[in-house]
Amino acid sequence: MSDLEDLYQQVIIDHSQHPHNFCTLEHPSCSKEGYNPLCGDKLTLYVNEKNGIITDICFQGSGCAISTASASLMSDAVKGKTIAETLELFDEFQKLITTGKSENPEILGKLAVLSGVSEFPMRVKCATLAWHTLKAALVKDPHIISTE
Amino acid sequence: MNTELRKQFPILQENIHNKPLVYLDNAATSQKPRCVIEAMDHFYFHDNSNIHRGVHTLAERATRSYEQAREKVRNFINAKNSAEIIFVRGTTEAINLVAQSYGRKNFHAGDEIIISTMEHHSNIVPWQLICEQTGAKLQVIKIHENGELDLDHYENLLNDRTKMVAITHVSNTLGTINPIKKIITLAHARNIPVLIDGAQAVPHMQIDVQNLDCDFYAFSAHKMYGPTGVGVLYGKEAFLDAMPPYQGGGDMIKKVTFAKTEYGDLPRKFEAGTQNIAGVIGLGATIDFLNSVGMDKISQHENNLLNYANKILHEIKELRIIGNALDKVGVISFVLNKVHPHDIATVLDTEGVAVRAGHHCTMPLMDFYNIPATTRVSFGVYNTEKEIDIFVAAINKVKKIFAC
Repeated sequence: MSDLEDLYQQVIIDHSQHPHNFCTLEHPSCSKEGYNPLCGDKLTLYVNEKNGIITDICFQGSGCAISTASASLMSDAVKGKTIAETLELFDEFQKLITTGKSENPEILGKLAVLSGVSEFPMRVKCATLAWHTLKAALVKDPHIISTE
Repeated sequence: MNTELRKQFPILQENIHNKPLVYLDNAATSQKPRCVIEAMDHFYFHDNSNIHRGVHTLAERATRSYEQAREKVRNFINAKNSAEIIFVRGTTEAINLVAQSYGRKNFHAGDEIIISTMEHHSNIVPWQLICEQTGAKLQVIKIHENGELDLDHYENLLNDRTKMVAITHVSNTLGTINPIKKIITLAHARNIPVLIDGAQAVPHMQIDVQNLDCDFYAFSAHKMYGPTGVGVLYGKEAFLDAMPPYQGGGDMIKKVTFAKTEYGDLPRKFEAGTQNIAGVIGLGATIDFLNSVGMDKISQHENNLLNYANKILHEIKELRIIGNALDKVGVISFVLNKVHPHDIATVLDTEGVAVRAGHHCTMPLMDFYNIPATTRVSFGVYNTEKEIDIFVAAINKVKKIFAC
C-alpha cells in the first residue's frame, strides 16, 4: 500500500463520511470545545461520566477526514472505559500516530487504522484534536483546547 | 517565456514524493530566482557591514547597496522621492506602523476606520488594536457573493467621523482586484487618507503610487520573488513627516541627550535599529528581476494561466470556485463537494502539487461564505499550463479517493 492509501483507508473514509456518535447529549456531565486555528477544524465533545467511567460520549463539529474519523473512532473506543484507561489509551494512540508503531497494539483495537498518519507529520494534529479535547474535558481544563 | 525563466529558479528542480514540484502556492510565498539568492550571498561573502555608521570601505559598500535598493523600489512603484520608501519587516509591520504611528496621534473616541470583509488578518488586527487604544471603531465594507466590494455600501460608510480607509488592492483568498483608484478618490473627496495593502498586487501588476494617489501602500518582498523578513511602507512625505516614530533606537536619531531626542529625517525616522540589510539587497535584486521580465508580460502570462485553469475547473461539476470577480489575478479558491481542503492538499502533495488549504488568514471572509476553509491555487511567473494539467489530474485522484 502506498502512504496515501494507508492514510485514507476505506475505514477512515467511512468514519469521516458517516461518523459514529455524531450528535449532542442533552445534559452532559462535561463538554469541551477543541480547535485547530491553523486549519479551522473545530469540534465540541459531550461526555457523560459516572463513577470514573465514560458512560456516553458524542461530538459535533467540522473538520477534515482525519480529524472527523479520529473523533468517531475515539468515541467508539472510549465508551465504557474508565478515565485512567482512556488516558492510557491516548498515550498509546499518540505513540502510534507519531512513530507508526505500538508496543501494545492489542489495547488500540480499531484505532490502529490511523497508524498511516505517522507518514504525514503535518496531519498528526488533525488526528489528535479530539483526544486532546477529551483529555481536557476529563481533567477539567478550563481553557479552549487548541492543537497549536 | 517559461523554459528559460524556470531555469532561474533552482527550487523548481526539486522532486516531491518522486514527482516534479508543481508550486501553486505563490500567494503564500513565491520562490526565489538565483539572482536574488546570489545578491544576498554576495553581500554576506564580500560586503557585510553595518550601514550608515562606519567610515570603512565595507560600510560604504553596504550603505550604497542598501540605498540603491531604496532607489530601485522608488522607481519600481513610481514614488516621488526615495525618502517616502520605508523598509520594514513586511506588509504586516507596515500596517502596524501606520496604525500605531498615524492612528495614535489622529484617532479619537468615536472616530471610524473603514476596512472590508475580504481583508487579510494583517489589515484587520492592527486596526482593532488601535481602536482598543483610542476608542475608534471599525466599519466593514460588505462584499457581493461574486467576491467584489459593495461600493454603494462603501460610499454609505464614508462620513465625517471616518479617519482612515484601509483596503487590500488584491484579495489573497479570492484574487479580486479592487477598484482602489475609485476608492481613493471617494475618500479624498472627504480628506480621508487611504492605506492600500498591496502584498498580493505588487508581484502581479505595475504599481504607480502617484497615479493611484494613495497615501500609504504596503507590500512584502517574499511574495514578489524576494526574501522573507523585508517589506516596504510607501507613505506620502507630508504624512510620514507629521507622524511620530514607530520604534525608537539607533540610526533613527539626529541627537540624543537624556533631556530630549531629536529624530532623524525620513526615511531613517522609521528605521530604528540595524535593518535586514541582506534582505533589502535581495529586494533590490528581485526588482531587477521583475523589470527584466517586464510587469506587463507577467500580468499577461498569469492572466492566461487563470483563464486556462478557470475553463478546465468549470468542467468539474463537484468543484465550486469561491470568488468570481470580473477583475482577478491568478488566484483560485475552491471547495470540492464535502472533501475538506486539508485532505485535498495532502493528496495533491503526494502528486508533487503544492497548494494552500485553510482559511488563508481571512476568517471573516470564510464566515461570509459560510465555509470553514478553501483550497487555493495561486499562479506565479514560472507556472505553466502543463502544471495546471497535473493539478487537475491530482484533483481527479482526490475525487476517486473520496468517491465524489
